[in-house]
Amino acid sequence: MLLISCPNCGSRDETEFHYGGQAHVPYPENPAALDDRQWAQFLFYRDNTKGAFAERWLHSTGCRQWFNMLRDTVTYEIQAVYPMGGGRPDRAAPAPESGTASTAPDSTTTGTAAPDVSGTGTGSASTTAPEGATE
Amino acid sequence: MADTAALNGINGLREIRRSPASHLTAAMEAGSVEGTVTLKEGPFQTMVGLRVDPRSEEGARVAALAGGLPARCGEVGGADGVSVLWLGPSEFLVVAPEEAHDSLGGDLIGSLGAALGGAPGQVVDLSANRTTFELSGTRARAVLEKGCSLDLHRRSFPPGTALSTEVGNIPLVLEKTGEESFRLFPRASFADFLGRWLLDAMREYASPEVP
Repeated sequence: MLLISCPNCGSRDETEFHYGGQAHVPYPENPAALDDRQWAQFLFYRDNTKGAFAERWLHSTGCRQWFNMLRDTVTYEIQAVYPMGGGRPDRAAPAPESGTASTAPDSTTTGTAAPDVSGTGTGSASTTAPEGATE
Repeated sequence: MADTAALNGINGLREIRRSPASHLTAAMEAGSVEGTVTLKEGPFQTMVGLRVDPRSEEGARVAALAGGLPARCGEVGGADGVSVLWLGPSEFLVVAPEEAHDSLGGDLIGSLGAALGGAPGQVVDLSANRTTFELSGTRARAVLEKGCSLDLHRRSFPPGTALSTEVGNIPLVLEKTGEESFRLFPRASFADFLGRWLLDAMREYASPEVP
């Protein structure tokens, strides 16, 4: 259970809040000028940050106000709470890697992208995923 | 629940009005332990949802009429039997006796609407939106603490304050009216569940305390 510090109400349980997704996603200046791909990018594509992530929250059971929060997606540490419309605080630098964790070979569990097992010498015979190729 | 026979409702509808937890009246009487913890549903209230910027000119007009708007979370404004509960920076709940309702001879809603005028904001009659539970007794706080994560000790929740929070996973406004008395304002549709939840939480205090 997170203990979230609402700017209006003080510390409250996470169950009183609703998550509002990534913060600072600007509405396109001229939506009609976008093609389908760009529109889809705006609507559906969000960062998948590992580390400090700016997100919107709504205190739905309390003051019913939106606010922004800078939260570490790994440790769940809440680094900053700041009002809507405010800029992202500089307390934590944005993590350089975003959304690329799943392509790293050591994070896959299927054998398709697994690196060849060194020292076996019988790579052609192993049609199935080699045991121990991915831990 | 509240049998105010002197009042003549609109078109006689007042006579057949039933409060949301009226079917629990007998259970609440049976489940109450006099002096330890008692639960009952309060009388009908006139409730007004108020949205106005308190720093604006119209906010000052409304505040003068309502007896003062609360400035921050927890505060309760109002005067002369009218409570103004803080729900948000520009959102308030006015709770007044039933007689203040315009259909029963009062003028609370109409005068609030007139004070707001055409300015941005709203004055909405929410009298049927919420019901009132009155929980009191030496164990009242212990009952609430079973389902509320806020610090209900008087150092942080003194009498005369109100917070919107959850009790038993039900969103409500919790007002502390005295040292050992609380008013809970859940939505009407949650009244049955919350009433039974509170009765269940009170049940242990009917038994003699095991040392």
